[in-house]
Amino acid sequence: MTPIAIEARELTRKFGDFTAVNAISFQVAQGEVFGFLGANGAGKTTAIRMLTGLLQPTAGSATVAGHDVVHEPEQVRRRIGYMSQRFSLYDDLTVRENITFYGGIYGLSTRDIVERMDALLARIGLEHARNELVGRIPLGWKQQLAFSVALLHEPAVLFLDEPTSGVDPITRRRFWEMMYETAAGGTAMLVTTHYLEEAEYCDRLSIMVEGAIAAMGTPSEVRRAFGADTLDDVFLRLTRPGAVA
Amino acid sequence: MSAFAGFVRKEVYHILRDKQTLWILLLMPLVQVLLFGYAVRTDVRDIRLALVDPAPGVASRALTQRFATSPRFQLIDVYRSPLPLDEAFRSGVVRQAVVLPADLDRALLGHAPVSVQLVSDASDPNTGSIMQAYATSILRRWHDERTGGNPGMRVALATRLRYNPTLESVNVFVPGLIAFVLTIISAMMTAISITREKETGTMEMLLVSPLRPWAIVAGKVAPYVLLGFLNVLLVLAAARLVFQMPLRGSVVLLLAECLLYILTSLALGMVISSRARTQRTAMIAALAGLLMPTLMLSGFIFPIDSMPEPLRLVSNIVPARWFLLIVRGIMVKGAGFAALWGETAVLAGITLLLLAVGARRLSVRLD
Repeated sequence: MTPIAIEARELTRKFGDFTAVNAISFQVAQGEVFGFLGANGAGKTTAIRMLTGLLQPTAGSATVAGHDVVHEPEQVRRRIGYMSQRFSLYDDLTVRENITFYGGIYGLSTRDIVERMDALLARIGLEHARNELVGRIPLGWKQQLAFSVALLHEPAVLFLDEPTSGVDPITRRRFWEMMYETAAGGTAMLVTTHYLEEAEYCDRLSIMVEGAIAAMGTPSEVRRAFGADTLDDVFLRLTRPGAVA
Repeated sequence: MSAFAGFVRKEVYHILRDKQTLWILLLMPLVQVLLFGYAVRTDVRDIRLALVDPAPGVASRALTQRFATSPRFQLIDVYRSPLPLDEAFRSGVVRQAVVLPADLDRALLGHAPVSVQLVSDASDPNTGSIMQAYATSILRRWHDERTGGNPGMRVALATRLRYNPTLESVNVFVPGLIAFVLTIISAMMTAISITREKETGTMEMLLVSPLRPWAIVAGKVAPYVLLGFLNVLLVLAAARLVFQMPLRGSVVLLLAECLLYILTSLALGMVISSRARTQRTAMIAALAGLLMPTLMLSGFIFPIDSMPEPLRLVSNIVPARWFLLIVRGIMVKGAGFAALWGETAVLAGITLLLLAVGARRLSVRLD
């Protein structure tokens, strides 16, 4: 088996009496695209916050990129990337300034930043817009830029929080191709999405219901386990109250 | 390039790219100084005065002469009887009147007391009392001159208003204005700029990066320290060049105290941004929670001495109150640190408390 990039062991988080994440355990291998599904409020965000070191677990533990999230949050943060649906770029900064800033906070040298910026812009075909304000470039490009910027410091693990929301299907398709290319280089990816047809593209996936993992496996394994034709059906059955069978 | 320097540079880009806000931040203090300096004057000029003199004589003519030549007064008319006064006051033609007795000359020669009535329009109480003070001083000088070596007069009262002999309002409002401007720039702008990162989602990206929370906060406030300081210099320069405001104490001490107050404001901004989720909330909180007390309870607009007891107690926790005492002390009285260490200690104490609360709240929210 390939080395483990993310491992959660009985990871739990309570807010007062409410258990947001209830003893979840899973592993993501290097180079794997892992779908992290669940209805709103199922505990996905809380789980990701614990894995990225933003929130202390109440119980259980997790290792990300070889470091314990509770005891070595600094090392974890150096080895992970993060991209949210809001793309985390500054609209009032140019493409170049955004990349330079991001490289700077990860402690890259000026030379590294310049080299990687040239490669990055060439890859997504954005060299001409180097000095454009990010607020002025089209959404699809902005999304690809955000993705590439999140990879600038060559993280071992990339967290993607609904990275494709609000973009058209063709752009979404192209985005998944970029993800596969990146995964082929060994980067593990944990991705949340609202589009269940996208979940089919994942190597493996989990579906969270009320803080616990209700289903996990490759897309076909999950479908087979529930005797369903599509992941949509599985999802509906799991998330409709009283329909869990 | 260090991560922190890169962070500060990014903040500077934000400030420079938002041209509209930048212009407002740079021009507002100047406009305020000019507005306060020219429009909001508490020293009164051209007081419209009427005299009531039923029996003109040497003494009353001397008094008329004194009022007519004073730059503070504009002599409207000399009436024979007090009857037209009511209408003159009501219509505003006259704002002050001196009513002399019919037997003035005889009274001044004898030992009987002279009864002179001074009437002032006090519909604006501040102006009313200032007008009264001016007129009283003219009357007193006139009285002393007329009675000469009157054996009944033993004590001659000589009043003098120290530090601000002509009651120039510029001395009063400039310290308040500095507090006001710093509250807007340091407290409100930092609160807005931190909550903006929350609103746009870039805060999440910063938080999962190796940057420490304190570095994020420090990086965000650093440019505003500079901007706030620049504004202090602008206000002081305008007050000095346009209104000839005195600066009797040490410039270095003044600037150091301003820096302390900038820190106080930044800490207030941090406390607000640790609570507010949106820029709008941050702005309203800063306006209602900071600007109003700074204007109302610091002694800037309303004297603390004339507040009711509960408000006077509340004013103790308004940082601007202490800052105002310090700045007035340095600029107007020429006080040194030895005289102001108490106020400075209170201000520093409030600042440390706010920084501790703000840092704790932010780190709880962020981690």
